[in-house]
Amino acid sequence: MALTNETIKERLIAKFGDQLSHFEEPYGLLTFEAPKELNLKVLQHLFDDEELRFQFLTDLTAVHYPDQPGRELAVVYHLHNLIDNIRLRFKVYTASAQPDVFTATQLYSSANWMERETYDFFGINFVGHPNLKRILNVDEMDYFPLRKEYPLEDQTRIDKDDAMFGRGPLPAAQ
Amino acid sequence: MMLCLDGGLCRLPNRTTTDERSVATILRRDPDADIIKKIHMSTEHHIKLPEGSIEKTTTTLNLGPTHPATHGVFQNILELDGERIVSAEQTVGYIHRAFEKLAERRPLYQITTLTDRLNYCSSPINNMGWHLTCEKLLGVKTPKRVDYLRIIIMELSRISDHLICNSVVGVDSGAFTGFLYVMQYRELIYEIYEEVCGSRLTTNMGRIGGFERNFTNAAFEKIEKFLAEYPVVLKEFENLFTRNRIFMDRTIGAGPISADRALNYGFTGPNLRAAGVDYDVRVHTPYSSYEDFEFDIPVGSTGDCYDRFLVRNGEMWQSLRIIEQAYKKVQDMKGAESEIFHADAPSYYLPAKKDVYTKMEALIWHFKIVMGETEIPPGEVYHSVEGGNGEVGYYLISDGGRTPYRLHFRRPCFIYYQAYSELTKGAMLSDAVIVMSSLNLIAGEMDA
Repeated sequence: MALTNETIKERLIAKFGDQLSHFEEPYGLLTFEAPKELNLKVLQHLFDDEELRFQFLTDLTAVHYPDQPGRELAVVYHLHNLIDNIRLRFKVYTASAQPDVFTATQLYSSANWMERETYDFFGINFVGHPNLKRILNVDEMDYFPLRKEYPLEDQTRIDKDDAMFGRGPLPAAQ
Repeated sequence: MMLCLDGGLCRLPNRTTTDERSVATILRRDPDADIIKKIHMSTEHHIKLPEGSIEKTTTTLNLGPTHPATHGVFQNILELDGERIVSAEQTVGYIHRAFEKLAERRPLYQITTLTDRLNYCSSPINNMGWHLTCEKLLGVKTPKRVDYLRIIIMELSRISDHLICNSVVGVDSGAFTGFLYVMQYRELIYEIYEEVCGSRLTTNMGRIGGFERNFTNAAFEKIEKFLAEYPVVLKEFENLFTRNRIFMDRTIGAGPISADRALNYGFTGPNLRAAGVDYDVRVHTPYSSYEDFEFDIPVGSTGDCYDRFLVRNGEMWQSLRIIEQAYKKVQDMKGAESEIFHADAPSYYLPAKKDVYTKMEALIWHFKIVMGETEIPPGEVYHSVEGGNGEVGYYLISDGGRTPYRLHFRRPCFIYYQAYSELTKGAMLSDAVIVMSSLNLIAGEMDA
């Protein structure tokens, strides 16, 4: 029997109960959220469970939501069950004041550099990572460039204002 | 006339050599000599040696960042015991261009040019992967002809990617002929690109919904020419290498990886298939109508350089098969269907130029699209395609603005390059170079 999103959801809820939340299926991809303390337990369960078998880490990255106090940073895992050919997306949120998330390097060797990259750009502190240092940016950099507070362009230019990209109010006429 | 063999030097008066005693005499007489001596002594005693370098029994070798054998800008710090590699540390990031940050300020169509520069050996695949991602988010359904034309181009790029990789493995094992030979045929592929979109390397090919213009007859002729000529060349290329004793000795057993480790390291594409796992995005999650085609997935067993080479060659044959089928399907289309080259997506696809010049509505849309003023529906989407090196994924989050809220590229190269230290541990230095080229490490894809 092919594994479906419903089965995955049922099996996860049977194991973790209501600690998992925000079950969604955008574009058919099962997405859910767990408290960040549980990230390794959930990943391990997804890996070991004889039905779930999510043993391939496709992608690991982060997203910054500065408008959500206490849960500004989301760490996003894309996992793939290659046997039943089904994917899922799993998120944990953390506060940017203390961005500690357990590392998945023990489970997936591929997580090593992906976590370094995520640290490099978002400053997520992967607890237990064997070599957590910058990977694409220079070592001397003292900020995390993909966070939203670091604007891309010259802020004095109003033609490049957020409003021009459909966000926020239009600037006052000059 | 007699020739002076030592070039006239024989006629010079004999030089007097100053022996040690006379140097000492000069120094004693010269008032500055003590200072000279002091300076001399002080430099002698202050040569900065790296810590522990005297006791160290291994050699540190920087392979890269600008070494001819790295075929790109990245560095390997190797610890060598004679010719054996004790450990390797990889450094990447030399051509990091902040694409993910840039993408947060660009309308969708302007991001295509960023994707060109990821794996620049097969940029059309990246372009089309990106367009497919956008289409998934926007709910654009592409006509079959667009799908097939895309497949022709994507498979051509797969061939151009693999032929470079495989022939470079040849170069690194000492055979230059194969490389030079197939290079001419990459040129044929680039001419097809040029005919279709106007550029060759960083193609920026296609638009959301299809192609910017229909394929010309010249483009189809060039595809036909390629389909007729390339199989012969590929056969000969294989004849040069596959059973070549030197090549086999150099590549068999070099940099092997087990299926288990490869999966754990996130390998995808030919490198994973060489280890014996038949995972191919084209089959697992078909996109762009790949389900309409008949093709096999070549699989290896040992995951060493030789298997990677064989898998890539096998894939080139399969790509040729797919192109032939797709070309036939396109040629079989009749009537209005045979002229379609884009989907009906007026908010994202530029109107025809003649309409822009004559019709108000078309002019407005043209302006809106070019200025990036179309708002994207909010949503979160992950889409992946089978790139030259494996699963190229696009994780796109839109919050309803005109640009992505966040865009992340899953770059296969970046993910599997970290396995390099494990692949080369205990190997010879010469193997390390071949492993590097047979993994097909593309610096552009690694750094994003």
